[in-house]
Amino acid sequence: MSTAAAAPVVELKQITKRFPGIIANDSISLTLRKGEIHALLGENGAGKSTLMNILFGLYQPDEGTIEMNGTPVTIDNPNKAIKYGIGMVHQHFKLVQPFTVTENIILGMEPKKGLNIDYKSASAQVAKLSEQYGLQVNPNSKIQDISVGMQQRVEIMKTLYRGADILIFDEPTAVLTPQEIEELMAIMRRLVAEGKSIILITHKLKEIMEISDRVTIIRRGKVIDTVDTDKTNPSDLAEKMVGRSVSFKIDKDEPNIGQPVLEMNQVRVESKEGVSLLNGLDLVVRAGEVVGIAGVDGNGQTELIEAITGLRKINSGTITLSGRSITNLPTRKIIESGVSHIPEDRHKHGLVLDFSVKENMILETYYKTPYSKGAFLDQRTIGEYAGKLVKDFDVRTPDIETKARSLSGGNQQKAIIAREIDKNPDFLIAAQPTRGLDVGAIEFVHKQLIAQRDQGKAVLLVSFELDEIMNVADRIAVIYGGKIVGEVYPKDTNDQELGLMMAGFIDKGGQKGE
Amino acid sequence: MNKLRKIFTLDSLVVPLVAIVLGLIVGALVMLLGNYNPIEAYSALIKRVVGSPYHVGETIRQVTPLIFTGLAVAFAFRSGMFNIGADGQVLIGMTTATAVSLSLDGVHALVSVPLAVIAGGLAGGCWAAIAGFLKAKRGINEVITTIMLNWVALYFSNYIIRHFFLLKGQNRSEDIQASASMTFLSSIFDNARVHWGTVIALIAAAFFYIYLWKTKQGYEMRAVGFNQHAAEYAGMNVGRNVIKAMFISGVFAGLAGTFEVLGVFHFQSVFAASPGYGFDGIAVALLGMNHPIGVVFAAILYGGLTYGSAGMSFAAGVPPELIKIIIGSIIFFIAAQGIVRFILKPFYLKRKKEKVL
Amino acid sequence: MDVLTLLGQLLNSTLVFSTALIFTALGGIFSERSGVVNIGLEGLMIFGAFAAGVGTYYAQEAGMGSAAPWVGVICAIFVGILGSLIHALASVTFKADQTISGIVINFLAAGLTLFIVKLLFDGSAETPLIKVFHKQAIPLLRDIPIIGEGFFNAYPTTYLALILVAVAFYVLYKTPFGLRLRSVGEYPGAADTLGVNVSRMRYIGVMISGALAGLGGATITLTTTSLFSHNTISGQGYIAIAAMIFGKWNPVGAFGAAMFFGFSQAIRNYVQLFEWSRSIPQEFIFMIPYVLTIIVLVSAVGRASAPSALGTPYDPSKR
Repeated sequence: MSTAAAAPVVELKQITKRFPGIIANDSISLTLRKGEIHALLGENGAGKSTLMNILFGLYQPDEGTIEMNGTPVTIDNPNKAIKYGIGMVHQHFKLVQPFTVTENIILGMEPKKGLNIDYKSASAQVAKLSEQYGLQVNPNSKIQDISVGMQQRVEIMKTLYRGADILIFDEPTAVLTPQEIEELMAIMRRLVAEGKSIILITHKLKEIMEISDRVTIIRRGKVIDTVDTDKTNPSDLAEKMVGRSVSFKIDKDEPNIGQPVLEMNQVRVESKEGVSLLNGLDLVVRAGEVVGIAGVDGNGQTELIEAITGLRKINSGTITLSGRSITNLPTRKIIESGVSHIPEDRHKHGLVLDFSVKENMILETYYKTPYSKGAFLDQRTIGEYAGKLVKDFDVRTPDIETKARSLSGGNQQKAIIAREIDKNPDFLIAAQPTRGLDVGAIEFVHKQLIAQRDQGKAVLLVSFELDEIMNVADRIAVIYGGKIVGEVYPKDTNDQELGLMMAGFIDKGGQKGE
Repeated sequence: MNKLRKIFTLDSLVVPLVAIVLGLIVGALVMLLGNYNPIEAYSALIKRVVGSPYHVGETIRQVTPLIFTGLAVAFAFRSGMFNIGADGQVLIGMTTATAVSLSLDGVHALVSVPLAVIAGGLAGGCWAAIAGFLKAKRGINEVITTIMLNWVALYFSNYIIRHFFLLKGQNRSEDIQASASMTFLSSIFDNARVHWGTVIALIAAAFFYIYLWKTKQGYEMRAVGFNQHAAEYAGMNVGRNVIKAMFISGVFAGLAGTFEVLGVFHFQSVFAASPGYGFDGIAVALLGMNHPIGVVFAAILYGGLTYGSAGMSFAAGVPPELIKIIIGSIIFFIAAQGIVRFILKPFYLKRKKEKVL
Repeated sequence: MDVLTLLGQLLNSTLVFSTALIFTALGGIFSERSGVVNIGLEGLMIFGAFAAGVGTYYAQEAGMGSAAPWVGVICAIFVGILGSLIHALASVTFKADQTISGIVINFLAAGLTLFIVKLLFDGSAETPLIKVFHKQAIPLLRDIPIIGEGFFNAYPTTYLALILVAVAFYVLYKTPFGLRLRSVGEYPGAADTLGVNVSRMRYIGVMISGALAGLGGATITLTTTSLFSHNTISGQGYIAIAAMIFGKWNPVGAFGAAMFFGFSQAIRNYVQLFEWSRSIPQEFIFMIPYVLTIIVLVSAVGRASAPSALGTPYDPSKR
């Protein structure tokens, strides 16, 4: 496929985009040839998304030009991009939940019969597209009722319905199982075979090696290199992406496992509507080990954490911490009995963004001495404490009075980790702790988790990144349909087996790690 | 990012000031369109406010309930809620103070007045806490419940006054003997109706500031106000804070009503429609950027304009409704800060350039 | 009076009270379905009631006779749209807090309308009495028991309101415009990336709410009060908001809720007819609709049906 003969369909020439304080894209050039899959590799924050948003008309470049089939064009809104045959499959799906598949696809380009939307012909068109590309999507399902993998296909169909020839996939595999990733790659191959061209934004080397024809690596807004995939290798790509040689293996000793800390026994949780969210879940995490929860988003991970931390009441079952029951205790009691929690969504749960860094550091301890004396806060002690944490955990902030909102994602996460670890918990929950962070910050987080384990703490790591689970966890528990369907050790398993378990095809039962 | 923050803190003072100027300009334009002389009108307004000790005293009287209701709305705002129901809470406070005072007829004022004040404040607080409770327990939007409770308060108050305390043949309660007037100041202010409520209002503003920014309970309340999810995650009881915040907010409003009765009118009318104290409070809170000091100044501005409007009406013939237009415009410019920033843009740019040079 | 006649009359006066609420609640739906909270409905009704009063008066003076109220209606729609543009400008273009912006509308409406009335009518705080609509019976249909008296002997505005319920439903759920409007209220980011202009849709939504709330205000002037004064509109806009929420942001639901509120207004006059009910203090009767609203909110209506993006200004950079 990567014949040099294929003509360029899109050429980005010397694109520069500045935001207040940063240059997101610094004179970036990129050529997409007809019929190729061109990977765009870079860390979080390297400028990949900005570049693609420029191509899709969501941002305007400050300098540089875009050429389509040799002619310079101005793309100043998504409508124009759509007109030029560019389609984007967004990382966070742009789907209206209460609408049907068909409604989502036709929105903005509705077939009409008189004044009405012609739903009949719309559904027929959607069904036809689905068949042509082997997507198996039901046109009349509501988005809120279909799986994440299916939702992504609807995103793809939105671009196809608009006749896109150039498809941009933004981190498409972030939330898929290994099997779903395989299926997605098959779909991408079929698209290319039908004459489409694809830009694949990702930071996953494995996928790039498997599917792309060429790779462009960008770092801090600049193009580092463009190479043919078959003339490179993962470690070379990684070094170009990060700017130094990196090892994705984590140095860690064998775990020194002690007594059970967290024990969950037949935990059941139902939603208000009576839908079963946790379905008789058993889990044990012992002192000195990291247990990784692997699973596809929406299989009960969030509810599992909420059940442990008291944010959600459980309907039946028991949860104990070092032998004492914490079942359905208020959150504060659970925190006080030694649970720390690095939450999944740092903006929603982890921080009060409009509070200063200082105020955020005492979010769970403000009412205790020495931070409060009587009814009043002791500002001085709090300031000293926050200053110490900021220093110890290398949180980069102008000062401790700075609003948490204005910190970078990595530093916000560091602030949370500092606060949670400094409480010296017996049990630490880390949910998606590296989401959206760059490699340096990811390494920092992983080291902290391992250090906690080595100090004899029990650590629960919940992540959608299988690589992270495989590297950091000492034992992996796979969650599917609200229960643990199997437990394995990283050295005894592989992506394929985990993937099948995550999709519910293998049920090994809860082994409690024995 | 840093630059943005600096502009923002500057804005917190500049924007309201510019908005006030713009609002007064809008008022002047409306007057010109109506063939009035804005300069004449505005000077008549000012003359009325500061013209004599009596008028100064009466302006203070006008400002006092606005401080209370402004604090009420601002306090709820800071805790993440929109208390549109200050109006009803004022009425409930008023009615309770009236009922307590009339029931304690003959008891010494040193006993009955404090009792009436405490009862009026608590009653206002409890009334507001209903909306807080419904939000905490059932997740019902407080905007809707407080609006509904305003009417319930209106009719309930009328019921109490008409059935238990009616002055025969009149549409108002009997006269209240116990008074919170500051009679020792009467000579200074030429018998204007100044009362202890003003002092209490300023104390309430101080309490607002200290409670919210210096105590651990206030810390918790602000956390809940900014981000309920994070507060919950951190083990705070969000529901309890919501109820508590509404209660305190309602106490402020209740005190507004209490002092209107005990300090100003010394009786309570049967109201045909909402007296509108609460809606004025919303305006004051927004003008004061939901900060207690801001609220005090905003109340002085709003109260001054309102009291002065009578002078404007008398001297220049301008209908007093103009004040509502001015206040509405000021809030519009504060809410849509983009407009103010747009107008200010050339100035900011100039300043930046100067710094570079 | 026999029961059938009584029921018919009760239904009839329910509709009289409901009509303005139906218009206004429908307007609220268009605004909120596009993602813009509209607490300014009260103010927009004031604008409408005012314009209807003034417009009809001058049309009458110009000798337009029985067509004069229709001129008033058109003025009300026009002024309602103008008022709503202030709300749209602040909350859509300048991303102001939508609730605050709505309150601004209520302030401005209360001030501006009375100011102008005093200007036009020599300092009088109300317009002169004007010609208003009369009930018009529809032949044959009005002979149906209960329903005939209830539905088919009504003001022209009532017929219009009933038709608009169906039209609103059709527009929202069957047309491309409706699909786009709702998508903008649910997930503006999705609509934007498909080339739907979020700001334009929201402007249109808010302007429709202005037109319909204006019509709602006009209805009160032209069927109930016969003039405009400071208390022509006293809270009906807020009740319309409640009706919209009750009705789960759906035109048919809002119609039902508006009928419920209309009914609890109408029943006031009928309670006096019975011996047993006369002993209840009238204040408690007046409270009924408001207390019932709270009770219904407590017992049923989830918030799940509110448009997901309601109240959030759309900021493309935060996509």
